[in-house]
Amino acid sequence: MLETFEPYIVGFLCNWCGYAGADLAGTSRIQYPPNLRAIRLMCSGRVDPTFVLTALKRGADGVLIVGCHPGDCHYINGNFRTERRIALLKKMLSDLGLDDKRVRLEWISAGEGEKFATVVKEFVEEIRALGPNPLEGNTNET
Amino acid sequence: MGVYICHCGTNIAGIIDVEALRAYAESLPSVVVAKTYTYMCSEPGQQLIRKDIREKKLNRIVAAACTPSLHEPTFRKVLEEEGLSPYLFEMANIREQNTWVHMQTPREALELAKDQVRIALARAEKLEELHPKEVKIGRNALIIGGGIAGISAALDLANAGFNVYLIEKSPTIGGRMAQLDKTFPTMDCSSCILTPKMVEAGRHPNIKLITYAEVKDVQGYIGNFKVKVLKKPRYVDEKKCTGCDECSKVCPVEVPDEFNAGLSWRKAIYIPFPQAVPPAYVLDDKNCLGLTPLACAKCKEVCEPEAISYDQYPTEIDLEVDTIIVASGYEPYNPVVDEEYNYGVYQNVLTALEMERMLNAAGPTSGRVVRPSDLKEPNRIVYVQCVGSRNERRNVYCSRICCMYAAKQARQLKEKHPDMEVYVFYIDVRAFGKGFEEFYEKTCREYGVQFIRGRVAEIHDDPETKNLTVKAEDTLLGRPVELEADIVVLSVGITPSQDTKAIQNVLKIPVGTDGFFLEAHPKLRPVDTTVDGIFVCGTSAGPKDIPDTVSQARAAASGATALMATGKYVIQPYFASVDEPLCGGCGICVPLCPFNAITLEEKVAKINEALCKGCGVCVAACPATAIKANHFTDEQILSQIESALLR
Repeated sequence: MLETFEPYIVGFLCNWCGYAGADLAGTSRIQYPPNLRAIRLMCSGRVDPTFVLTALKRGADGVLIVGCHPGDCHYINGNFRTERRIALLKKMLSDLGLDDKRVRLEWISAGEGEKFATVVKEFVEEIRALGPNPLEGNTNET
Repeated sequence: MGVYICHCGTNIAGIIDVEALRAYAESLPSVVVAKTYTYMCSEPGQQLIRKDIREKKLNRIVAAACTPSLHEPTFRKVLEEEGLSPYLFEMANIREQNTWVHMQTPREALELAKDQVRIALARAEKLEELHPKEVKIGRNALIIGGGIAGISAALDLANAGFNVYLIEKSPTIGGRMAQLDKTFPTMDCSSCILTPKMVEAGRHPNIKLITYAEVKDVQGYIGNFKVKVLKKPRYVDEKKCTGCDECSKVCPVEVPDEFNAGLSWRKAIYIPFPQAVPPAYVLDDKNCLGLTPLACAKCKEVCEPEAISYDQYPTEIDLEVDTIIVASGYEPYNPVVDEEYNYGVYQNVLTALEMERMLNAAGPTSGRVVRPSDLKEPNRIVYVQCVGSRNERRNVYCSRICCMYAAKQARQLKEKHPDMEVYVFYIDVRAFGKGFEEFYEKTCREYGVQFIRGRVAEIHDDPETKNLTVKAEDTLLGRPVELEADIVVLSVGITPSQDTKAIQNVLKIPVGTDGFFLEAHPKLRPVDTTVDGIFVCGTSAGPKDIPDTVSQARAAASGATALMATGKYVIQPYFASVDEPLCGGCGICVPLCPFNAITLEEKVAKINEALCKGCGVCVAACPATAIKANHFTDEQILSQIESALLR
């Protein structure tokens, strides 16, 4: 490969905190690397683990899930469900031959534009260090 | 499908090549037409879409522009007016989540924008026809906080014919403004302009005052908030109390008086200040000698109207309201942490609030300004500006009131004692409001108050005389200054109220990094929150002076009025629904629902649309994929994921 590896990250952002935090990073013009493809959902609790697996199967190098801080969920406790589901999912990842660091769950409020940018920056670097998704290239036939 | 790409002036077009993006969009299979325009949200921009819907028979629209929280409603309206379901619209956020955050990498930004448009199209293709749902909204508002913001908002709403519950945590309404002596720049006596409003709020037939109470829990949504208020026992019947003060006279307990910033004493049974509303005494059970078992009971003995009852307990009040306004105010910065000022160590170092109380004729010194150490009148007073504000270590923001209140107090001091020397150490003088600059100029020129530019580095006191030495640098003259002062006043800033966190937890509204409530948009939705039907105003949303606080409070009242006036409100049809033949009746979804909207009836899950908020927690958990989340279906999300990874 001649080009340097640029991680390709799929993000699931909840409408109230994660997505709004990303918007705040925008209005505050806080720069971060352009490696994230974001999908907006109403709640991080809507993130079906199959969404994450589909993204990884299709070649995403990392998956970022962003919800509201514990206790701040717009839907009372949807984010607690997310936390448990993602924890379980991470355990399964190694069986698939994937590093569980490829899936990251973060709590970022609508007021934390700075944190959103920092999280993306860190995650991109973390995935860069891990290298490309090993599943990529042999899954498209399924 | 039609794709409409906004330049947003240069916000988008200045970073990425919008023409290249357009060409890319047009090359995608389902796209009939792709256009760019300077401001797609403008009337001509909207016309462009309308015309194409009509002429090209488009049935799905994608706009690549700003965040959907800004203009999704604008474009949905366009579809609706052209006879399409407003939910057949999707936005690619290529501004907030692209050009504004990837300014240095325009090539990558363009690639990202292409992906964003492609993902939006993939989703748009799967969008289903939905229609907004109209729900009834009543005429009841809850206002949290009874300071000048809460009072102003309550009066506006009440005068417009709405019912208001005004909740105040302390025994009286009035808030911080009641503690102030005079207000800048007009020198109005604070209580003279505040107390008529307090009385009006207290007497208004449409306002129900609930003092000495806190909001404990809020469930529900706009038009249907269920609120639990915890009212602390006052032990004094508000209706029977005549305010005769006999109880207070016999009370043996003395504690620092919060209203006078701790400069005087009050009894355990007391009235916060004479003009308090409700005009009733309160028994502070934390400081009373004892209620269970009864230790003293002197106050009850002397109470002629028999207003005192020791058998009172915290009571929970359930309210049903349609809109909520947060006006929970601020806390003055506590300078104890700043070692250089030795506040709390040196007796003659005061905060501006303490000075304010001293200047007040009804204050602890009856308006005489004295040194706390020896009660002598001071000859020289030094003000230190920006205490707790504009400081990397404390709060970065400007508190917006300290320059003006320091100038105001300095002027009051000079009016009382023309020979007194008053010095103000400042970083910048921010006199930005109406009449502020004129006020400041006059304070310097006509009153002879000396403003010195420089931050105070240290303050020392003489252990014998208790005189203070202030060391600073005059940054305009570039030389060190040393002044001896009788009193040093710290111009403390505004910090978020201690209740902010608790209110955030019950209302689920965001707080910014500065610790104040965050508005939905700093310019266009300055008093809205991200939660429909909840507004914020006054200093709970950031430092501001009284005129700005009142403006915001009235704006919040107007926002609540706009929602409640028509009696109906439109909500998003994002409910979940069960595909009954697929449901296996496992019941996993039932306990997961945060709103108890799911029940199992004859081994089939049923979702109550009125209770469902559309979070999708159940959808993600259903092992049979029998539950569908409107507008966020598995199909829609999976097609977004697949499209994202089609590189």
